[in-house]
Amino acid sequence: MTQEEIISKINEFLVEEFEVDAEKIIATSNLRETLDLDSLDYVDLVVIIESNFGFKVVAEDFINIHTFQDFYDYVNRKVAEKATA
Amino acid sequence: MNNRVVITGLGIWGCLGKNLDEVKESLYTGKSGIGMDMERKAWGYRSGLTGIVEAPQLKGLLDRRARVGLSEEAEYAYMATIEAMKNAKMDMDWVEKNEVGILYGNDSSAKAVSEAIDTIRAKKDTTLLGSGSIFQSMNCTVTMNLSTIFKLKGINFTISAACASGSHSIGLGYLMIKWGLQKHIICGGAQEVNPFAFGSFDGLSAFSIRENDPTKASRPFDRDRDGLVPSGGAATVILEDYESAVKRGAPILAEVIGYGFSSNGDHISNSNVDGQVRSLNMALDGAGIKAADIDYINAHATSTPGGDRTEAQAIDMVFGETRPLVSSTKSMTGHECWMAGASEIVYSMLMMQNNFVAPNINFENPDEASAKLNIATKTTEKNIDVFLSNSFGFGGTNSSLIIKKIK
Repeated sequence: MTQEEIISKINEFLVEEFEVDAEKIIATSNLRETLDLDSLDYVDLVVIIESNFGFKVVAEDFINIHTFQDFYDYVNRKVAEKATA
Repeated sequence: MNNRVVITGLGIWGCLGKNLDEVKESLYTGKSGIGMDMERKAWGYRSGLTGIVEAPQLKGLLDRRARVGLSEEAEYAYMATIEAMKNAKMDMDWVEKNEVGILYGNDSSAKAVSEAIDTIRAKKDTTLLGSGSIFQSMNCTVTMNLSTIFKLKGINFTISAACASGSHSIGLGYLMIKWGLQKHIICGGAQEVNPFAFGSFDGLSAFSIRENDPTKASRPFDRDRDGLVPSGGAATVILEDYESAVKRGAPILAEVIGYGFSSNGDHISNSNVDGQVRSLNMALDGAGIKAADIDYINAHATSTPGGDRTEAQAIDMVFGETRPLVSSTKSMTGHECWMAGASEIVYSMLMMQNNFVAPNINFENPDEASAKLNIATKTTEKNIDVFLSNSFGFGGTNSSLIIKKIK
């Protein structure tokens, strides 16, 4: 899966599952504020990532994810690690 | 305190329709809501018969956070409640500024629980259940979700009393308002309709196996009945104290005047004439009326051989001299279980408002007990001033409600 494909897939499920307007998804924007995420929403984000990319996010990983770009990079890195494992 | 308690809003989502108008039409024409669910046969059910209930489409009505916590039965309850609140003229602004409570009957959330356990077994990871599972899985799924969605600030809990849950919710709401503890309460009952929910009930051979003729399968009081047909959905009945309802300009649809209850103190699944008679008499005594004042009885009768016989005997003991019209709307709906006590108030209210008694369809031949009742075999034009609705459940829990027309 290319980086572009990963970004496209993430944006697709954020629009579908979190009902955010596609135009509000900007790489430099804050993920939590844009999606209005509370602690329960993060649990659902873990489920969606697992079902779409096949790996489990640990809660601590979210600490360093601030922007959409951080999120894309994180998923991209984990998918790459999984491919080489 | 002895406040008058009135009904100001009704809402329904079930196998006879998705709103009051559709359900009224089904009741009047004697239309059955029963069909077959072949998935149940694949799962090893004796009977695939069920009420056919459409799934609500909530996307666009509710945001994601509200939707993910809703179990199947809570979705039905949401739909029934927005209809009831609309016709009670309760908008969100008013609700937020006043103390509105919720008492709703529900006694399972088997689908949500089963699917969660399946996920844990498969994934070995509880986080992957997602955030909504807990709010779908608890018996109070309806009250916890609706109280949040509608920002309710009054009494808030679920009544679990088997197939009398919905009826007791209205009875308890009635007492709370009568005694001055609350002014406005959303009451009702909800019942999931899926293969997870009814397997253990099917296992007792309690269900009709007349699968070749689904609309004829539920035949309360008929000599040839062979069991009940499980069904569900949700029904909402909004109760308010009379003075408050008048003050805010709410439509006053009827008055709750009696609530009788009892426990059989006997077998866990077999019904009992004495317990039912005590419930009926308590309702009449509380209402301060005589048996002769009841114009119509909406029977609990589910189409099981033993249960219907017991209820026919109990009704005959109390109403044998006056013989009011009796029908079991379960002949059309099947047994809506935790919902039934509330939905049957809605059905009877629709009859009262439109001057008819809905037929006990499929009643072709009486047995010895039902021969003593005045059963409405066809739609009967009739003015109803006062009706009584029975609900009886496993464990011997009994509830009888009496509702009077406001003149």
